[in-house]
Amino acid sequence: MRPRKLNSPMIKIENLAKSFGAIRAVDGISFNVERGEVVGFLGPNGSGKSTTMRMITGYYAPTGGRVSVGGYDVIESPLEAKRLIGYLPENAAAYTDMTVRGFLEFAAALRGLSGEAKRKAVSRAVERCFLASVLHQSIDTLSKGYRHRTCLAQALIHEPEVLILDEPTDGLDPNQKHEVRNLIKELGRTKAVVFSTHILEEVDAACTRAIIIDRGRIVAQGTPDELGRPLDEVFRRLTLPDTVMRDTVKK
Amino acid sequence: MRNILTIAKRELGSYFTSPVAYVFLVIFLLLTGFFTFTAGQFFERGEASLGAFFGWHPWLYLVLVPAVGMRLWAEERRSGTLELLMTMPITPWQAIAGKFLASWIFLGIALALTFPVVITANVLGSPDNGMVFAGYLGSLFLAGAYLAVTCMTSAMTRNQVVAFILSVVACLFLILAGFNPVTDLMVRWASPAFIDTVAAFSVVTHFDGFQKGVIDSRDLVYFLSVIGFALFATSIVLRNR
Repeated sequence: MRPRKLNSPMIKIENLAKSFGAIRAVDGISFNVERGEVVGFLGPNGSGKSTTMRMITGYYAPTGGRVSVGGYDVIESPLEAKRLIGYLPENAAAYTDMTVRGFLEFAAALRGLSGEAKRKAVSRAVERCFLASVLHQSIDTLSKGYRHRTCLAQALIHEPEVLILDEPTDGLDPNQKHEVRNLIKELGRTKAVVFSTHILEEVDAACTRAIIIDRGRIVAQGTPDELGRPLDEVFRRLTLPDTVMRDTVKK
Repeated sequence: MRNILTIAKRELGSYFTSPVAYVFLVIFLLLTGFFTFTAGQFFERGEASLGAFFGWHPWLYLVLVPAVGMRLWAEERRSGTLELLMTMPITPWQAIAGKFLASWIFLGIALALTFPVVITANVLGSPDNGMVFAGYLGSLFLAGAYLAVTCMTSAMTRNQVVAFILSVVACLFLILAGFNPVTDLMVRWASPAFIDTVAAFSVVTHFDGFQKGVIDSRDLVYFLSVIGFALFATSIVLRNR
C-alpha cells in the first residue's frame, strides 16, 4: 500500500486503457471528478462505459494508465479505495435467495459495520430507497424496480464518498426514474458521483457535467449547456458515424 | 477473519434457504446407508468396525461433493454477484476461504448425520471408537480435498454443469492414481518406486491410513496441501477473470 495522496481529486483517471484480446474497449481516457460533482457518462452501447466503471471500482485491472479514488491508487491500495466507493453494477446484481433485509445486512457487514451502526445504516438505506414494504421479501420475488433499488441501497449503505452507478435508472418506470434522479442529485451535493445512462434528459436533470465517450475515447465533455442544444442532436452528431458503420459491418 | 465469517454465514444460509440442501442430505444418507448395509455387507462381515462404511466414501464423494461445490463460483459469475463481491473492501482470499469453509461445514453436517451407523456398531459389538474417530476425520479431509478441487473448476466457468463434470474428472484422477486395479496394471511395466510415487498422489492411499485408525502427519499434510493448492489455483483463476 502506498500513502494516500492528499489534495487529489476524489476520482482521478489518467490515460486509462483496457484491452480484451485484440479489442481495445477503453483507449486512453482521462478525467477527474471532484466532491460535489455529478458526472453523467454517456455513450452508445459497447462504447466502454461499463468497462471504465469496472476499472474505477477495481473489478477489472487496467491494461494501461491508472485510477485513484480519494488519493488511493485502486491497484496498489485496493481495500482503502474500495472502502470509499459505493457501486451499483450493471443489471443490479444481487443474491436472489436472500431477503432484502438479509442482503443489506450482509453488505453492511462487509463494509465493516456491526451492531447498532449496522442497524441504523440498513434502516437509513431502506428509507432512502423506499424499500420498507418489501423488507422481508426474497429478492427473486421482487419486480425489477425494487430489485434495482435494493442494489442501489447496498451501494449507499456505508455513506460512501464516491458513488459509481452503472445505468441506475435502467428498467424503472417514469416515477421511479424521477425519484432516483432526485436522489442522485441530492447525493451529488456532498459526494463525487459518476453514473452512466442512455437517457439524455437525465443529463439535464441531474448532472453538473457530462462526458460523452465513443469507442473507448472521450469525444466531448462539459456542462450540458457547454455541449450545446439540443443534447440528443449533439450526441448523435458525435457518435452516429460509428454506430452506422458498426451496423453495416454487422450486416 | 470477520469478513471470512460474514461470507461463510451467507453462503451456508443460502444452502438452507433452498430445498437443495435437504434433498442432498437425504440422498447422501440414503446412499451411505445402502452402500454400508447392503453393498458393504455390514452385518455379514461379523466384525464391529466401520470399514464397510468408510471404504465407499472416496467413490460416494466423487459425485456428491462436486454437486455441493459446483455452484460456489459459477453461480456468482452467472448472476453477476461476483462483481459485487469483488468490489467490496475484502481480499479475494477472504472470499475464497469463506465460501470454501461454508461448503465444508455443510459437508461436515452431512457426515455428522451418519451417527446412527456408529450407534449401530456400538450396540451390536464393541468397535474401536478411536479408529472410528480417525475414520471420520479422514473422511472430512477427503471431502475437503474434493471440495477445493470443485472450487477451482467452479471458478473457471459460469455453467454449473461444466463445473460439475470437470471436478468429477479431476477427482477421479485423484482416486485412480492409487486405486488397486490401476496400480496392478502398472506393475507389469513400471518400477515399484514409480508406482509408489504415483500412488502417493492419490486420496485413496492417504485415506487408508485414517481408516486403519492411524492419524499420520504425512496424510494430514497431503490433504492440507491439496486443499491449499486448489484454493490457490482458484485465486489465480479468479484474478484472470
